[in-house]
Amino acid sequence: MELRKNYFADVRKDDLHEIGQPRPRSDSPGHVTGKTAYFADRNFPGMLHLKMVRSPHHHARIRSIDTSEAERHPGVVRVLTAKDVPHNVYTILILIQIGPEDETVLADGKVRWKGEAVVAVLAETERAAQEAAAKVKVDYEVLPAVFDMEEALKPGAPLVNEYHGQNYYLYDSGECRKVRFGDVEAGFAGADHVLEQSYQSSPIEHAPTETTGCVVAPEGNDRFTCYTNTQAMFFTLDNASIILQMPGSKLHFVGGTVGGGFGGKVDVIVEPIAILGAKLTGRPVSFIYSREEEMQISSPRAAEKVVIKDGVMKDGRIVARKVTGYTDAGAYSRHSPYGAQKGAGHYPGPYTIPNVWIDTYCVYTNRTPSSAMRGFGVTIGDFALEVQMDKLARLIGMDPLEFRFINAYRDGDMKAHRQPTEGAALIECMQEASRAANWPVAEKYMAMSSYRKGA
Amino acid sequence: MAKVPVQFTLNGSEKAEFIDSGTTLLNALRDKIGDTSPKGGCQQGTCGACSVIVDGELRLSCLTLAETCNGTAITTTSGLAEGGVLHPLQRAFLDTFATQCGFCTPGMIMAAKVLLDHTPNPSRDEVVEALSGNICRCTGYEPIIQAVLTAARANSQNAA
Repeated sequence: MELRKNYFADVRKDDLHEIGQPRPRSDSPGHVTGKTAYFADRNFPGMLHLKMVRSPHHHARIRSIDTSEAERHPGVVRVLTAKDVPHNVYTILILIQIGPEDETVLADGKVRWKGEAVVAVLAETERAAQEAAAKVKVDYEVLPAVFDMEEALKPGAPLVNEYHGQNYYLYDSGECRKVRFGDVEAGFAGADHVLEQSYQSSPIEHAPTETTGCVVAPEGNDRFTCYTNTQAMFFTLDNASIILQMPGSKLHFVGGTVGGGFGGKVDVIVEPIAILGAKLTGRPVSFIYSREEEMQISSPRAAEKVVIKDGVMKDGRIVARKVTGYTDAGAYSRHSPYGAQKGAGHYPGPYTIPNVWIDTYCVYTNRTPSSAMRGFGVTIGDFALEVQMDKLARLIGMDPLEFRFINAYRDGDMKAHRQPTEGAALIECMQEASRAANWPVAEKYMAMSSYRKGA
Repeated sequence: MAKVPVQFTLNGSEKAEFIDSGTTLLNALRDKIGDTSPKGGCQQGTCGACSVIVDGELRLSCLTLAETCNGTAITTTSGLAEGGVLHPLQRAFLDTFATQCGFCTPGMIMAAKVLLDHTPNPSRDEVVEALSGNICRCTGYEPIIQAVLTAARANSQNAA
């Protein structure tokens, strides 16, 4: 690795002596000897196995649920339905006042996506739980479903989630998050070229090698220890406390060791129902997703659609950028209202553009609820923005790297969402990239700096 | 359900258990014997995290019935270090930063051990082929390949 210490040397206090030096990882000795304890490595005498009965329909009303045959299945200890869950309707971000509560722990009267949890079966063995789950009878009345964000936003589309009342998340700014900066229409009117393009992505599954799950052990003091691979320990503890109507002091969460997460383990899905099972049976409970559940049930990265309209001058300046972003939350919010909002703040990318208009929508459809994954709210937007930048450069016959130098944000520039740029290093990164990739640019760009005089 | 007896050696020590007929070797090792170094990633033979060595051959313990392993000698990653000294593969995985989340690591080390036992000085292509049944989702394949090649070099230097 080559380290360049000359950049910003006058403003850096440290000597970066750790950078570029290999240091042993504290967790590796456990990994190479097989001693690292993942949640599923906890085994307790008398442990029950939880299997979920899931909706086979994308959207349906539940007429009735009959668990009697499942309850009689040998080895079954307890069957749980919505009425067993103390606070069944929740939403993860209620902890930071982002409501409304819109998701059921176990379906109550309705299912809104294929795979939604309806009934939980607890049995002595995994096999008995699986067999009994197949004996639960749910009578569904199938409802029209909507899978496409633009269809979902049209008048008369099937209503996905009654807790919202419309198929988009209602921000305090209205039907979308909005950023307004300058006069974007005037910018387009004065531009040499205007280019509008649409970009789309599909949901992406994280597919960690260790599937989502937890093991819960009731302790002798009326507390429950939950061994979990959540990536969001305190979100999970606090939401479990709300769902179970149980003080947090009764819940002891043990985690931090995750067999691959990538953002896919930040939702509060397995822990509350497993703790409830342990509470109602007095037995340890293991709830581990099968590989099929990990692929089909766990939240993927949201499908997104990004429409970018740019006004550009022949000399390379982008003078106006209008972005409309759509995030497919699936049937429930989880982290998507935040993801869509993050997109609004992130556009128009690391470029200084005088006229900007951003709308980002969080849309509900009857698809698997989406959630976090590596830079969610930003990653697909960056793909769209950078492809757009290449197209714009081609349109005006300019080198794509030089085109980015012309528009790069620099210290002191006002961003569209009214935060002044500080500590920018895009110019310097591109200068290094130019050298490393042997993609030469004109000397004037190599002489640029993220600093601006007087900034 | 009728229990069946199984008996094998695990990392050199004798084990005897009564298990439900149809129990996988993975579940027998993890739940009955308490060796949790083989991991269950897919339970369908596609990820390699459960890999163990049975009589010198690499096996997917999630697809192997424990009762078919009677009288065998089984090796897992938890048994590789001798007298507190890491096996050269373990040492190499540490030194070359070949672990991230660690979940695939025991299976990777098993696959690599079988390769080096049969082919002490493998080519890079042979390492890639030997690890092709083991999935790393942190996508740290390159350091893992380097770790196996490093361990092979360490072995040949010791032998010389």
